[in-house]
Amino acid sequence: MILDILRIILRFIVLVTFQVLVLNNVQLGGFINPYLYVLFLITLPISTPKLLLLFVALVTGLTIDMFQNTVGMHASACLFLAFARPGWLKMIAPRDGYEADAIPSIKKFGFRWFAAYSFVLILIHHLALFYIEVFRFSEFFSTFFRVILSSIVTLLLVIIAQYISTKPSERLQRAGA
Amino acid sequence: MRLLFLLLWRNNFTLFFILLQSFCIYLIINNNYYQHATILNATNSVVTEVMEGYSYVKEYIHLRENNENLAKENASLREMLNDAKYDVDSSRIVVNDSINFQQYKYITAKVINNSINHRNNYLTLNRGSLQGVKPEMGVITSKGIVGIVKQVSEHYCTVMSFLHKDTRISGMIKRNKFFGSLVWDGVDPAIATLNEIDKTVPVQKGDTIITTAYSSIFPAGIMLGTVVESKLNPGSNFHQIRVRLSTRFDNLSYVNIVDNLMKNEQRELESNNKQDDK
Repeated sequence: MILDILRIILRFIVLVTFQVLVLNNVQLGGFINPYLYVLFLITLPISTPKLLLLFVALVTGLTIDMFQNTVGMHASACLFLAFARPGWLKMIAPRDGYEADAIPSIKKFGFRWFAAYSFVLILIHHLALFYIEVFRFSEFFSTFFRVILSSIVTLLLVIIAQYISTKPSERLQRAGA
Repeated sequence: MRLLFLLLWRNNFTLFFILLQSFCIYLIINNNYYQHATILNATNSVVTEVMEGYSYVKEYIHLRENNENLAKENASLREMLNDAKYDVDSSRIVVNDSINFQQYKYITAKVINNSINHRNNYLTLNRGSLQGVKPEMGVITSKGIVGIVKQVSEHYCTVMSFLHKDTRISGMIKRNKFFGSLVWDGVDPAIATLNEIDKTVPVQKGDTIITTAYSSIFPAGIMLGTVVESKLNPGSNFHQIRVRLSTRFDNLSYVNIVDNLMKNEQRELESNNKQDDK
């Protein structure tokens, strides 16, 4: 249990650091901003209490905001993601429900389930974030184009990160057993 | 009443969400000049430390390029010195004359955080209130303008980049002195649009755009960019002018903050006009 919490905190630090130091400085055609840090909110345990989820999302968003000078924007987008997550998880639940301490991952639920699960959440997050940033409707379609492109790149990064990160956790499980 | 509480309790997730969301919206809306500087400063010291460490690494990568730029700037400054020799004697006499006192002071600063890929971009500089930086000062480089100082802590300040939806800078065509306002349309960090130039004004490709003397933030005559393309839309009274910016925002490392010593005087005078209008 404590090991799980430590692992979640470690994942938070790694993802936020990577986002702030690497991804925020990557420019893909000036159009695309991938936000890999949402992977942290996506892979929180399924049994996470709903209110705690909202609170964690707020803290994550504010942390990113501090580094980007966008006070409140990421926090607001993360809250939308956290608000949608429990309902979306319920809608796409497997026939016999979730196990008590399951974590959403490709290894556990398969590629298609995970891709659909995370793409919707990423899309919600990016829609909220980009439209709050622009805050006007005159650039509706160019913003929408950016949202779609960025969401696809973020999804690719999330999936790549899944394949990279499954190995160490397997090792940990074996060490625990 | 009990029913109401029961209803609220059952929907506590939604309720909590709305509560936190309105907190966020409050933050976003209040994220204007000056406000909540107290929250930002306490946390900013941690943030800026990380950013400064990062900029050391980045600076090393751009070392060669920066050296070249510095050498060029040195050369141009030295030229000015030679030119100035003739004037020095006479200016010594007029130093006490109140006609020629200093209007602009410059503070050099290092860029420790910068972005160009958002719709609203910001920079962080390693100069703050202890060095005399105040909100609404202009920021320039030897090549052109960069932005306007937004928030200031003791050792750092954040700058609203020109690449921001709310930044408008008044610029004029150097050749014929007609002026309009320069804004960034959010697509290409090297291209901006010059609005409000009447269709009767002749505009050519390659025209130089410089700052006007109307703003109290930037000195007049600073290079903004050159005209790439000018179109006339049917039915519109204005040119649609695309300008290639002279500042390259993707490799900024050293900038100058402009301190206009007479800004308050100009502002006060101009605000009197507005009050009279009411």
